[in-house]
Amino acid sequence: MIPAPFEYVAASSVGHALDLLAESGDEAKLLAGGHSLLPMMKLRLAAPSVLIDIGRIPELAGVRADGDELVIGAATCHADVAGSDLVRSQAPLLAHAASQVGDPQIRHRGTIGGSLAHADPAADLPMALAALGGVTVITGPGGTRTVAAGEFFTGFFETVLEPDEVLTAVRVPRAPDAAWGYQKFVRRANDWAIVGVAATGGRIALANMGPVPLRARAAEQALAEGAGPAEAAALAAEGTEPVDDIHAGRAYRQHLARVLTRRALEAQVG
Amino acid sequence: MQVKLTVNGQARSDDVEPRLLLVHYLRERCGLRAANVGCDTTSCGACTVLLNGRSVKSCTVLTVQAAGQDVTTAEGLAEDGEMHPVQAAFRAEHGLQCGFCTPGMVMAAVGLLAENPHPTESEVRSGLEGNFCRCTGYHNIVRAVLAAADANPEIAP
Repeated sequence: MIPAPFEYVAASSVGHALDLLAESGDEAKLLAGGHSLLPMMKLRLAAPSVLIDIGRIPELAGVRADGDELVIGAATCHADVAGSDLVRSQAPLLAHAASQVGDPQIRHRGTIGGSLAHADPAADLPMALAALGGVTVITGPGGTRTVAAGEFFTGFFETVLEPDEVLTAVRVPRAPDAAWGYQKFVRRANDWAIVGVAATGGRIALANMGPVPLRARAAEQALAEGAGPAEAAALAAEGTEPVDDIHAGRAYRQHLARVLTRRALEAQVG
Repeated sequence: MQVKLTVNGQARSDDVEPRLLLVHYLRERCGLRAANVGCDTTSCGACTVLLNGRSVKSCTVLTVQAAGQDVTTAEGLAEDGEMHPVQAAFRAEHGLQCGFCTPGMVMAAVGLLAENPHPTESEVRSGLEGNFCRCTGYHNIVRAVLAAADANPEIAP
């Protein structure tokens, strides 16, 4: 399958990407690793007339510590997030989540920013960001803003990103000693989660239990009040309305959320 | 648009459409037909090549994204007529049957051993997760990669 024709420009800096976005309006899409966008273009689910490649902008790649946070450039590929000593020691849940995306070849190309901007509710990184209480850093013509994970995702494959903005980085708290648990139920190796659960620091995030990554607030509340893993996990599906499709029915997904939450809480390592 | 890149050590400059996928560029413009189009959906790994030494699925990379970079295909592995250690091990261990997945499997294995020169059996299996073989049941493939790792302390593409 071959994508519909488009114009291609490689941006040399974030400023250059912003200028190019301003010129092309909402006809353009940003391209980083292309591992969500190119498959959609091949299926003609997306047909942007301009692709602005931000995949090789040096300022968008890499991990650094900044005070009590880690800053991960949006174009850092999953393999580099998973393999980073800083991420492994300071935000181990994030390193693990990145190592669970697809397969090695996919992790060499797909990027953390791309995965978040794509906003698939069944994906690993959106759930991890929600569990870590991380924030996205977004640059637009008016300057830079930060948006918390809870506000970044606005709907099924939708985010707060405006057509003239670039997601430039992700910030997560440094928590080297925080216990964490990560559970993903898949039908096939390398697949997206039927349901996923990431837990750390008293936060519990759920993948594919709604149009955006959700927090299991009732279960978190119970934990805060001293409940054990099993008691808290029993509340993990409270208030959720997951899709009911050929892969799993709604009640089954809610059951999975409870079971996986219990396992994530019981298995918390760190 | 004009794109400059290195393919199997050779500098090239070609006029390509931005939508030309790397696998089509390699097969149709460079005449390098080792990388196969299998699933065409980033799943099967038959199109695996190395981009700057790292395994990638060339059905999901635009040729223009590879500008200025090094691409290695299975054709670029042998040196002076000598098979690469991974190729030799696939042959010795009979790590193939029909052969369709083999170029991608070999490139994924070369990429894996570059990152992890002495993997455990379990690391080989998870390291080749992105490559499907419908014939062998994988056992001889895993054996070949382990044999290549044993035979060569320093494996580099």
